[in-house]
This record gives sequence, C-alpha cells and structure tokens, in this order.
Amino acid sequence: MSTTLAQNETSATAREGMAASEASARIAAAWEALRDVEDPEIPAVSIVDLGLIRYVKAGPNGALEVGLSPTYVGCPATEVIRRSAREALAKSAVGKFEVTNVLSPAWSSDWISPEGRRKLHAYGIVPPDRAVSNMREVLRSQQPIACPRCQSLDTQTLSEFGSTPCKALHRCRACLEPFEYFKCI
Amino acid sequence: MSDLFRYVLRLGDLSLVLGQRLSEWVGHSPALEEDLGLANIALDLIGQARLLLSYAGEFEGRGRDEDKLAYMREQGAYFNAILAEQPNGDFGQTIVRQVLIDAFQLELYERLSASRDERLAAIAAKSVKEVRYHLRYSSSWLVRLGDGTAESHARVQTALDLLWPYTVELFAADDVDQRMAEAGIAPSLAEVQAAWSARIDAILSEATLKRPADRPHAWHGKRGQHSEHLGYILAEMQYLQRTYPDARW
Repeated sequence: MSTTLAQNETSATAREGMAASEASARIAAAWEALRDVEDPEIPAVSIVDLGLIRYVKAGPNGALEVGLSPTYVGCPATEVIRRSAREALAKSAVGKFEVTNVLSPAWSSDWISPEGRRKLHAYGIVPPDRAVSNMREVLRSQQPIACPRCQSLDTQTLSEFGSTPCKALHRCRACLEPFEYFKCI
Repeated sequence: MSDLFRYVLRLGDLSLVLGQRLSEWVGHSPALEEDLGLANIALDLIGQARLLLSYAGEFEGRGRDEDKLAYMREQGAYFNAILAEQPNGDFGQTIVRQVLIDAFQLELYERLSASRDERLAAIAAKSVKEVRYHLRYSSSWLVRLGDGTAESHARVQTALDLLWPYTVELFAADDVDQRMAEAGIAPSLAEVQAAWSARIDAILSEATLKRPADRPHAWHGKRGQHSEHLGYILAEMQYLQRTYPDARW
C-alpha cells in the first residue's frame, strides 16, 4: 500500500516535471520561431531584436500566451507583424497559442537588443540614443548624430518624421548621404 | 450615456477629427518633409483614436467597435472640441491649431497616465510619448514662422487670433469632467489648463507672438454641438462605409 502510494507520488512528480519541460521546450520553440519574423519596414531586424515580444508563457488552458507591443499606436506595420508572428508560430511546433496586444508598459526604444542595435547600424539606420521620458528631454535631444557611413558628426536633420513613424530623416554634410535615425521613445 | 463612455469618446473624437483634418495635407504640403511630418502626426492621432474608440465600444457593450463608432455616428454624436475641426487654412494656421492641441494632449495625457482606470492610463502613457514629438515639431515651426519674416509673423498672429477663442472649450469642465475627476479617472481640467497656459506662453514668447485675450465662447463640441465644418469632414470620412456598409478590403 505504502509502496504504491510512493510510486504514485513519484510518477505524479515525474509527470509534472515532464509537463514543465514540455512547456519550456514549446516556449523555446516559440522564441526561436519569432526570432525569424522580420519587421516588414526594417527587414534587417527581427521583432525579437526590436523588443516587440514582451513575453511568451504557458497559459492556464494549455495555450502559449505571446505578448506583442506596438512601437507606435498608428503604425500600419503592427498589423503585418501580428499576422507574420501568428504564421511563424503556426508553422513551428508550439501547439496552441494566443497573441495578445500589450500596451502597458508602453514600448520603449530602450528595449531594442544590443544585437538589434548592431543590425540597425549595419543596415544604415542609426539606433536610438536613449529613452526620453519627458518633454524637456525631447526638446534637448537635438544633439549631432554620427553618420552611419562615414562617422562624421557634421550632420543635419532634414525631417523630424521619416518614411515610418519610428524614424527621422538626416543628412551627412561630409559624405552627402542621407540616412535615417531611429527616434527615442 | 455613461460618463466614462462619453469622456473616452471626447478624447477619441478629438484625435480622430484632427487626424482626418491633417491628412488633407498629404500631397499638398509646402515641402516633402512637411508632408511626411503632418502625415505621420495624422497617423499617430488616428492610432490613438482607434485605441480610445475600441475602449469606448467595449465599455458600452452594445457591439460597436472602433469602425462602427468612427463611421456610423452622426455629427451630433461626435464629442470633440470644435478646435480640432477648424479648417486647415494656410500652413501657418494648421501649425497654430496643432501647437494648441499638442500642448493640450501633452498636459492631459501626462496626468491621465496616472488614471485609476488602467486601460485609459495605458493608452495615455503610450500616446504621450508620441505627442511629445508632435509638439516638438509644431512648436519649432511656430517659432520659425512667428520669429520669421513680417509676412509669416502676421499670418500666424492672425491664425492665433482666429483660433484662440476655441481653446476655451478644451478646459470648460462640465458635469462629466467633474465626475471623472472626482473618481480619480481624469485629471482636473483646471490643473491641465494652468500647465498648458504656461507652456503656450513660453512658446508664444519665443515666437514673438501676442497671446490673445480669453473671450466667452458659445460652441460646445463636447456636448455634440458643432461648427458647420464637422459635417463636411464626416461626409468624406464616412462616405464609403455608409454607401457600402461593412465593406472590407
């Protein structure tokens, strides 16, 4: 009797252990799949590099919960990103999942990973300096930005708003090339 | 109609109507950079409106989503302050209207981020990050135009004199505003006004513009009473959904 109980307990613990390791394998697979999803407007970086995936966790009903943050509230790429993320997850071995829109805390350009920043720079987009948390800092953040091609500091702002909501347009006066800057928010 | 529903619609409608107005500049701005700037601001505003109208619709619980609220409401059921619907005029007039509303949204959203209503606080905290860039853009243009040539100075001063009376409505607190403030959901409009006023004074002084005197003002967009301009905006914005209801593409 006591042996059976002990055996049952062992197998229950083993089952829980197996379920936990299965969940963590699915979570790892989900991250892996999401790492291949590119931002449609900046194909150089993945949505994981940009810090758009807030979490991947096992939900109570067995489905994985994936939290996705928009960069800018009106950014049309957000819809495409959500669809691409769903497609990538559906193709991989993650089982049931749900993609949730996460508004709070609001996405910050500080969440772009070091790898993401390196890729942005290599792509010709200057990565954001640091987050600006109030109006005074936004007004002050007009310091010179180094050209991603020739590193000259002799650059000027052409347009505070660029081809996408997250970028501003600049020009290098040394090599005369235009370049984009990822805005700090 | 519940207080929260009406309050959220006021904010959402302000963003939606101003966003729609600004988008009229697309392809017509004085320079490509300004086309990009105004279009990007319009896009952010419409993004804010989507979040706010979705929330209003869910809260109401009668099955109206953001699209139903944007495309299927009559003029009298829109609750934006009528400053937002005033015509674009020349570029200077658009910039003046933008500075007045950007500074209002900045001060309002900064405080609304601490709202007791979590959803509203999240929307405000997200939006205020974008509004700071709107105000940086609009206020730097106002300084350039005001402190520019005699012609540009005269034009923006005229626009400021024309639009100033409409700012009174932004801060005219009615029962809804008061109850929302008492519930800890909305900030006190008196506090928002004091902060807005100080910010606007600093910008106007740098732009060498004269602040017009406050005058009593009779329009009440926040109660659904609008100027003639809103009807034209809605006619254009709602045309497709009203002609082909539930059309998708």
